[in-house]
Amino acid sequence: MLLIPCPFCGDRPEIEFTHGGQAHLVRPAQPADLDDQAWAEFLYMRTNTKGIHAERWRHARGCGQFFNALRDTTTDHFLAVYKTGTPRPAT
Amino acid sequence: MSKQAFSGLSLIWRGLNRHRGWQNQWRKAVPKPRYDAIIVGGGGHGLGAAYYLAREHGLTNIAVLEKGWIGGGNTGRNTTIIRSNYLFNESAALYDHSLKMWEDLSQVLNYNVMFSARGVMMLAHTVHDVQVSKRHIHANRCNGVDNEWLDPEQAKEFCPLLNIQDNIRYPVLGAALQRRGGTARHDAVAWGYARAADALGVDIIENCEVTGIRCDARGVAALETTRGVIESRKVGVSAAGHSSVVLGMAGVKLPLESFPLQALVSEPVKPVFPCVVMSNTIHAYISQSDKGELVIGAGTDAYTSYTQRGALHINMHTLDAVCELFPTFRRLRMLRNWGGIVDVTPDRSPIIAKTPVPGLYVNCGWGTGGFKATPGSAHLFAWTIARDEPHSINAPFTIERFRDGNLIDEAAAAAVAH
Repeated sequence: MLLIPCPFCGDRPEIEFTHGGQAHLVRPAQPADLDDQAWAEFLYMRTNTKGIHAERWRHARGCGQFFNALRDTTTDHFLAVYKTGTPRPAT
Repeated sequence: MSKQAFSGLSLIWRGLNRHRGWQNQWRKAVPKPRYDAIIVGGGGHGLGAAYYLAREHGLTNIAVLEKGWIGGGNTGRNTTIIRSNYLFNESAALYDHSLKMWEDLSQVLNYNVMFSARGVMMLAHTVHDVQVSKRHIHANRCNGVDNEWLDPEQAKEFCPLLNIQDNIRYPVLGAALQRRGGTARHDAVAWGYARAADALGVDIIENCEVTGIRCDARGVAALETTRGVIESRKVGVSAAGHSSVVLGMAGVKLPLESFPLQALVSEPVKPVFPCVVMSNTIHAYISQSDKGELVIGAGTDAYTSYTQRGALHINMHTLDAVCELFPTFRRLRMLRNWGGIVDVTPDRSPIIAKTPVPGLYVNCGWGTGGFKATPGSAHLFAWTIARDEPHSINAPFTIERFRDGNLIDEAAAAAVAH
């Protein structure tokens, strides 16, 4: 089980969290202006990174907050956590 | 080199001669500079595709590249359940194509893959489950796929250890049974395809990881690997959890996310469990191997990962369900657990298709249920590579279906838990 560093509560066990998928996906401001390919890329295409992955987590059974994390998907180690809406930290 | 044919007589004869004189089942091939076609990924799907390319399409100057060892990925890590009772017409056609191929695969390959049509029973625990199961049964019937409804007593008759008391948290309200479904020996599937493909001249190259894909104006041109550059104008990628990584080398984006999926086995016991039982609602998949171990599958872990391991609480959740459904098993000890990396699509249906790069093909997105489809998927992938166009069965399973809105939404159909 992962020990996840919630930026609000500190280290908590994985069962308190839900995974929110790839971070920094921004919904297009004018979806109607997109062609089908661009819309499909927003909806479905994912980087599925092997290595350092920016992703969302929610401390659902804790403080309830969303936050972002950098995690190495080859080791599952968390490298950084940061608040939603802030840019991805350098690694 | 002609292959020794396996038979009962040959086994007795070799046994009397202290098992001397068996050949290696496939050669340790060294990569050639150029092939007519290359398959990336030496699991069941990839080896099978190479075998069908050689046998049905006459392409024998081909290679299978495997970064580890044959069958060491998801082919050797799954719970070996085979069934075809999917909801949608496209899926039923695809999985039933495969199920029919399982039935004589041992004879075709001259290799005992131990396919056992012992029946797959999917339990219903809620009114919603019952309605979904019956919808599947009727949809399957329209597609010529066997699936029948059992009430709790009939389910218990089919699987006597099943607890059908109504005082458990998720009582059994009935079950959908596909009698043609069952299990097979997963390693034997990889080894059987490898041996049969090798006999047709296919080079099986282990410890050879693809590190780059070279393309030119005509499309795919060569693969950079840990064992040198290998040229080919046709490359089929069958890399399961690593499909995004490999296709990313050619700039192809895929609608995939890779999750750990775990399984575990108990200590071996005498034959006690006559069938396969699945419960989607409470996440348990269980059968008994011919060695006697109970083979138990769980749901995927919550997060994407490439680590081939997952968290123990996922297995505990599954064992909770197993112990409630089969109280007899409460005192069994668990021997081993492990994980594989499964590539999941948004609609939980696979992709067997051409990519935007000419000569580059992909077979991926099988998620948590690829083993059952091994022969059919391999057969259709070989067809797609050889003819540069999909077979009618896999024509709907494109990457472009996500752009065009033609999803085959087995996820929403809740045929399986994810």
